[in-house]
Amino acid sequence: MTNLTPSQNTTRFARFMDSDVLHSFLRSPSAMIAAFITLIFILAALFAPLLAPYNPFDPSQISLWDGKLPPSFAEGGDERFFLGTDNQGRDMLSTILYGGRLSIIVGLAAVFLGMFLGVTLGIVSGYLGGTFDAVIMRIADVQLTIPGILLAILINGIGRAFLPVDIRDEFAIYVVIIAIGLSDWPQFARITRGATLVEANKEYIASARVIGLPSWLIMMRHLLPNVLRPVLVLATLGLATAIISEATLSFLGQGIPPTTPSLGTLIRVGNEFLFSGLWWITLFPAIALVILVFSVNLFGDWLRDALNPKLR
Amino acid sequence: MLAFIARRLAQSILVMAVVSAVAFSLFNFVGDPVNNMVGQDATRERRAEIRLQLGLDDPIPVQYVRFIGNMLQGDFGVSYRIKQPVDQLILERLPATLELVFVSAIISLVVGIVAGVYTGIHRNSWISRSILSSSLIGVSLPTFIIGIALIYIFAVHLRWLPSSGRAGTIDFGWWKTSLLSLEGWRSIVLPAITLSLFQLTMILRLVRAEMMEVMQTDFIKFARARGLSERAINYGHALRNTLVPVITIIGLNIGGLIAFSVITETVFQWPGTGLMFIQAVDFVDVPIMSAYLVFVAILFVVINLVVDLLYAAVDPRIRIGNG
Amino acid sequence: MTELLKITDLNVEFVARRGTIKAAQDINLTVAPGEVLGLVGESGAGKSTIGNAIVDLLEHPGRVAGGSILFQGEELRGKTEAEMRSIRGDRIGMIFQDPQTALNPLMTIGDQLIETIIKTRGYDQKRAYECAIELLEGVGIDNAEVRLKAYPHQFSGGMRQRVVIALALAGKPELVIADEPTTALDVSIQAQILDLIKQLCEERQLGVIIVTHDIGVIASIATRVAVMYRGKIVETGKVAQILGDPQHEYTKALISAVPRADKKYHRFEAVDYIEGGATRKPIDIATHWLGKSRHQSDDQTPAVSVKNLDLSFTLQNALLKKNRKMLRAVNDVNFDIKQGETFGIVGESGSGKSTIARLISGLYTPDNGEISIQGQSVLGNQRDANIKAARRKLQMIFQDPYSSLNSRLNVMNIVAEPIRFYKLTSSEAETRQIVGDLLDHVGLGASVANRFPHEFSGGQRQRISIARALATRPQILICDEPTSALDVSIQAQILNLLKDLQEDLGLTMLFISHDLPVIRQTCDRIAVMRSGQICELAETEELFNNPQHEYSQHLLGLMPKLDLLG
Repeated sequence: MTNLTPSQNTTRFARFMDSDVLHSFLRSPSAMIAAFITLIFILAALFAPLLAPYNPFDPSQISLWDGKLPPSFAEGGDERFFLGTDNQGRDMLSTILYGGRLSIIVGLAAVFLGMFLGVTLGIVSGYLGGTFDAVIMRIADVQLTIPGILLAILINGIGRAFLPVDIRDEFAIYVVIIAIGLSDWPQFARITRGATLVEANKEYIASARVIGLPSWLIMMRHLLPNVLRPVLVLATLGLATAIISEATLSFLGQGIPPTTPSLGTLIRVGNEFLFSGLWWITLFPAIALVILVFSVNLFGDWLRDALNPKLR
Repeated sequence: MLAFIARRLAQSILVMAVVSAVAFSLFNFVGDPVNNMVGQDATRERRAEIRLQLGLDDPIPVQYVRFIGNMLQGDFGVSYRIKQPVDQLILERLPATLELVFVSAIISLVVGIVAGVYTGIHRNSWISRSILSSSLIGVSLPTFIIGIALIYIFAVHLRWLPSSGRAGTIDFGWWKTSLLSLEGWRSIVLPAITLSLFQLTMILRLVRAEMMEVMQTDFIKFARARGLSERAINYGHALRNTLVPVITIIGLNIGGLIAFSVITETVFQWPGTGLMFIQAVDFVDVPIMSAYLVFVAILFVVINLVVDLLYAAVDPRIRIGNG
Repeated sequence: MTELLKITDLNVEFVARRGTIKAAQDINLTVAPGEVLGLVGESGAGKSTIGNAIVDLLEHPGRVAGGSILFQGEELRGKTEAEMRSIRGDRIGMIFQDPQTALNPLMTIGDQLIETIIKTRGYDQKRAYECAIELLEGVGIDNAEVRLKAYPHQFSGGMRQRVVIALALAGKPELVIADEPTTALDVSIQAQILDLIKQLCEERQLGVIIVTHDIGVIASIATRVAVMYRGKIVETGKVAQILGDPQHEYTKALISAVPRADKKYHRFEAVDYIEGGATRKPIDIATHWLGKSRHQSDDQTPAVSVKNLDLSFTLQNALLKKNRKMLRAVNDVNFDIKQGETFGIVGESGSGKSTIARLISGLYTPDNGEISIQGQSVLGNQRDANIKAARRKLQMIFQDPYSSLNSRLNVMNIVAEPIRFYKLTSSEAETRQIVGDLLDHVGLGASVANRFPHEFSGGQRQRISIARALATRPQILICDEPTSALDVSIQAQILNLLKDLQEDLGLTMLFISHDLPVIRQTCDRIAVMRSGQICELAETEELFNNPQHEYSQHLLGLMPKLDLLG
């Protein structure tokens, strides 16, 4: 309708500050809380060595005598260990900080792997079409019919089977990342290809072609920035899923080994002691995991609605 | 229509070929098959005999064809660990998995669709809001944590239900069912709820999103402009258009249940195929692993085929071409 | 005075984050039975809002802020939702713009009709069924009893719109509000639908409100007109008076911007009233960078030559060749475009005219045939230096200004991209200088360079597209429906700009349009296309005065009669 409203200062920052997305963020308490908690988790993960009272990987700081102590606020607790200790005498708070760090790292790495593969293949097949597109999308379609978690379990299982027993634990983390990343890419490929098809039909792409720009430049400069919105949402929600997947694999005893436990591994270990009443070994890692996943999900959920103009 | 089905069949065969190739390579390249079968201390003659028996000296393609041939006859070899034919093991454990998936599917579909439609229609009621908020928690709760929590509350704390295993089965030939005795139901309730919860929330959210999408369309506006009642618009026009994609959801749902049954069965020590697979991975029991792989692939191929056919049956745009 | 509808001082506002938008202000309108009131205005004028406000179907966050809506003497404002529901459909019917989406795809036409009839008239199933057949026959659908069992996707666009009309009439309404009822349809179908609405209006003594942006629609159907501009009605009156002797400045500007098919002007006059009519600061072409490409039009080689062009699209693939369904989009097309002329291609949607533009610009590759640009064949290996050089002489302007610019780049980067890519300047400073000059030249001003496309209106975006096309210093410009997404007043400005540029730079233009009047105003020679073939190619005046081919005559006959305009 109206136009040429004199807003000369249109740097990217100014555009962001004025954007509807930011506005909607500041109006949504749940999104802000979710972002805040996620940020705290990420900071805690980054600075775990500084924050943790003990180093759970340093044998000199661990004593079996301290094993199975309840939290300091519970009956029989030891004030040295705020959240108690596990069966090996490791401080729960420290192991949770280190475990959360591992969970977030694995989740991020897996999502990046899946996103990189998916976005690359999605843009190329969407833009170039033809046989390449047909083959890639058939594979993606078939893979999409199988739930990611099952696929991750299968790929992880096969990956572990191929590794010799003695180095299995050492490489477990990489197998887990690859398994989750590989189970994730078709979603990214699908959504990127869909967005690419829509964008590629728009006239700015035709116009870039008429100017004579080569395909790679069109894909990088024109398509990529325009298809990233839905990818961003998917990546956020995918991070939550990837963290769950890692925890699940570890819980099943097929992921991160107990020597360097992730949250899932901690829950697995704790589960064995649940019946003997040592509830804190399971409960605290489980709470940490659920809060982390929930806040990432909550943020992703908001992001999806905020970036979808139809729902506003 | 026929061409459509033919294309899907061809695709399914391709999928099976790829999966069987993976299964085959597991067999041949993981560890030493002979060691796996007879152990380290067998004599050289005994080893050679087994190599010959298994045809391990034949060219790889020949071995692959033989593998497929055996597979088609249901022969997946003998478990390294339990020393029983794998096909028997699977058949034995299949009813447990299928019954668990069946009960969970009913729970998640019925509750999920009803709640999804409700929240899609009554968008702003407080019930919808609370259903939605709790659904996000549902999505964020890993299945194994739900399982542990339910066990702790209902088995350890309240002692109402058994914490694990499958009890009270009644035999029908090779099919053992737990759905015909109280004891059986008591043992299936917790795993079934655990398994269905995540799918339930997914279905709820998908149905609601689909419903809201449909509500935005022009034909709904036009129906409003003709003065049709809210009831006719919600249930007559919107719901039908919502249900077409819901059929895919059913397919996804059953697929998802099979996937998560691996986790649920482990948590509850439910003697199904998923638990068997996890145990097999722990011991690198390759025959079971590869058989499970093929089994899962078959299941998914069949589910997808059925979904495609159902889809065509519901949507006139696919059923009847342009007139 | 027996008024069916009387609107007094109606105000509608939309409360948005950046302040309240007054979509309709102090609206006064009346509609009598048997009368077609045309509500005309350009996009954003608020004309659809009024229709929605009458039936209380304003989209969130819109609301009626004041005024009264009397329908048959009864105040509609303040009615409950249930009361309104008994009015919608029963007494006021609505017709929507896009028949593709207005019908439920999963229900048969019959079910949708019968459902509506039962609701509005309270008939039983059997009577409703008979009534549905009657209604379908009434809107000109043959074989109604059979067609009742068909699904919407089995109807063509025009037929669907007839079904939509039948649905709108199902409750025997006294008033029908039609919101752009023909905009989504082809010209030949448009005329039929308008005739149908007019005929129904007369037969049933309906009051009809037609909301449209198209003066042609108004001229052919309306009895009275209300002209809307920025949420206000600026002028109301009989059609002949408004079109022939407009009083308000806006109406005058609007009407003078309407392209005429019956006479040719050099430029469109008096479009200045309309906001956004930027003043150009033309650069001196003779000395400027841009002028270096100016073609000396002394040689006789055609600018573009097309021979025996063929292109088929696969509609439905199949393993066997004979089962494949192919569409021959372009079928043995030949023409030459002379240096410096404007060559027009006109035809209905699906006639293959845009496909030809895309073939020449290299977006599609033909199955057969030859395309050359200034004598150089441009088919074959696209990496060949000669072909690349020839292709660079040609640029294209697209139809949809909202999708033809990359929204992630600012105007500077959009316009500078070809200059930078081809290294047409010696320094970045020079590039920036030239982009500024180009923006000045197309009437936007160099100061907009740091802004992003979403800050501009459709017409302004089209100017950015033109500036970018000029940045490669082209000699040939393909314009593919460059103004069909724009309001008429903006269209007039853009057409004027293109005409000026062509004269300044000696450009050759290929102008594609479905709009005969626009074609007449812009082109020297015209090719009329139908189903992939050219059926007539003639000088513009010759074609309009003396069309030879049957199809050309048919097309010319469909043009709205604008003799009411002075």
